[in-house]
Amino acid sequence: MSASTLRIALVGNPNCGKTALFNQLTGGRQKVANYAGVTVERKEGRFSAPSGRVLHVLDLPGTYSFDATSPDEQITRDVLEGNYPGETAPDLVVCVADATNLRLHLRFVLEVKRLGRPVVLALNMMDAARHRGIRIDVAELQRRLGVPVVETIAVKRDGVKALIAQVDGEIPLAPPAQPDDPASRADLHAQVRELLAATVTMPRATAEIDDALDRWALHPVFGLAILSAVMFLVFQAVYAAGKPMSDLIGEGFGWLGAHATAWMPAGPLQSLVVDGVFGGLGTVVGFLPVILVLFFFILVLEESGYLPRAAFLLDRLMVSVGLTGRSFIPLLSSFACAIPGIMGTRSITDPRDRLATILVAPLMTCSARLPVYALLIGAFIPTRRVFGVFNMQGLVLFALYVAGVTGAMAVGWVMKKMRRERSEHALLMELPSYRLPKVRDVAIGLWERGMIFLKRLTGVILGLTVLMWFISTFPAPPHGATGPAIDYSIAAYIGRGMQYVFAPLGFNWQMCVSLIPAFAARETAVAALATVYAVGGDGADGAGLAQALAANFSLASALSLLVWFAFAPQCMSTLAVIRRETNSWRNVGISFGYMFVVAYVASFLTYQITNLLT
Amino acid sequence: MRLSDLPKGATAVVDRVDDAHASDPIAQRLRDLGFVAGEPLRVVAIGPMGADPLLIQIGSTRFALRRNEAARVKVRQEGAA
Repeated sequence: MSASTLRIALVGNPNCGKTALFNQLTGGRQKVANYAGVTVERKEGRFSAPSGRVLHVLDLPGTYSFDATSPDEQITRDVLEGNYPGETAPDLVVCVADATNLRLHLRFVLEVKRLGRPVVLALNMMDAARHRGIRIDVAELQRRLGVPVVETIAVKRDGVKALIAQVDGEIPLAPPAQPDDPASRADLHAQVRELLAATVTMPRATAEIDDALDRWALHPVFGLAILSAVMFLVFQAVYAAGKPMSDLIGEGFGWLGAHATAWMPAGPLQSLVVDGVFGGLGTVVGFLPVILVLFFFILVLEESGYLPRAAFLLDRLMVSVGLTGRSFIPLLSSFACAIPGIMGTRSITDPRDRLATILVAPLMTCSARLPVYALLIGAFIPTRRVFGVFNMQGLVLFALYVAGVTGAMAVGWVMKKMRRERSEHALLMELPSYRLPKVRDVAIGLWERGMIFLKRLTGVILGLTVLMWFISTFPAPPHGATGPAIDYSIAAYIGRGMQYVFAPLGFNWQMCVSLIPAFAARETAVAALATVYAVGGDGADGAGLAQALAANFSLASALSLLVWFAFAPQCMSTLAVIRRETNSWRNVGISFGYMFVVAYVASFLTYQITNLLT
Repeated sequence: MRLSDLPKGATAVVDRVDDAHASDPIAQRLRDLGFVAGEPLRVVAIGPMGADPLLIQIGSTRFALRRNEAARVKVRQEGAA
């Protein structure tokens, strides 16, 4: 470390506004990774102080106590104590406390102080505190604590000025280190009470607006109605705003492909660029709007403080199927994509609940299944009305969503019954104050998640699309061949081989072939079927493909394929994320194994029963 | 009486948190979160299914506790309630 850089660690209770403060300090200059060997997110950023010094800021996981009950809290403690391998202990600890909730947050400040490192206390959300008539004698608090205290408003541009000036100056003297033992731990509460009595006056313990909102949001009847309405609106918006953008992107790549066709001489290279590269890119980038719209709502709900309320309402239901109220957030994300959903399980502090959530998350109907569903439903399910109001196609789509959710509940319940370890696992969840989400925090969150999606999927999907193009184009048919060219390709051999396993489910070899790239990402099944049938001689556009499918396989096969996609472990990226998030191949094996068996049995039954009935 | 026995809207004062078993991490966490003797609290809301979990206001914080977590907290109701 050179003399002109300084390492700062931000610590604080969950919901102290630490991440907003981090965003305000560092802007977009952030690096998100994992702590070595574990799956806890590590966020680091930097900024230049007025003095010209570069300040490195580490945003440590939110922590209630150093008596750690989760891997996150363990890391915060170890990093601050300088015991975490590969992490340098910070030069200065900025302890962030919510000025409206000092009774809880000051206790942790005292714990941090006992570490014996230089500490600055940032009293955050001072605007909200003033608004509620909370008066804090900052000078007296600073005198009693013996560490510098600055006021901050993380959500305002100049709200962190005082903090920057403080950390850019002399490093304050470290308070004396004190041992951590149960007796002195109990003493902390007494010290907090003393500090509060001497420095803080509070007209009211809670914000009136929170009480008023919670009366409705947590009401046994209205609360559930509001939750349903919120979820309904979110999904409406995903399809109203996300889908048209996706279509536009698809058309854009189609236009590029058409231009490439015009510019390049006909031949394998033209075919590679148009069908392989542009087709593949269109698939990946086309999904981004849907994912981003869904994440926009999830972030807004998270920032506003509503998501823990949803977890509160649903906890009992989730517990009955072996999950926890906190599973709700990651599972909701999994409706966009299981990858961010599984990554989102980091907010579940309990390892057992977390694993259970990870295992069922891939059963949620992710948006990558939609193109497959849309294509097959469009091709095979009539558009007629049912009971005068419902659309038959819509009902089938709804049934597939329900199948995913009930499948997940059944799997969760079975896992709960099979579990040997039955000790109690706590909820102990804080419901923070409602807050208006800030554009900057939502934007940074969206950017991070969008990049994760693109980085993780672009390469895989593009690579597989090209591979797919290759195996369905080569080898070229021999001279004098009569059948479609693809019948002579590598793809045909692989597909015919897989047919032995999948024939009882009613899959023909083209369907089997499409399952291969669909393992990289489900939505590529559509591109693959298009490739297989387009190369086979039919039109490649959506309507043409639907006609080609309707002509080539039966209703029973189509339904069976739909059910297969609802349950099957058809996503390599999801399995890769499970490996990364649980650090265990065994869990990958369990996920793949159980999903394969469930999908096989369900598709088999669907095919056989449909055949009997039609 | 136990916190889990209080009806919605009731106020009480914490007496102590009992360990459900030896070195109970949930009880320790409750104490760290401020469930210590003399601290007033209020049952703000109860969950829609099986009256579980409970939402407890303590200090300026609201915590959702499942019934068996809340059962560890022994409380006193002082006249006013």
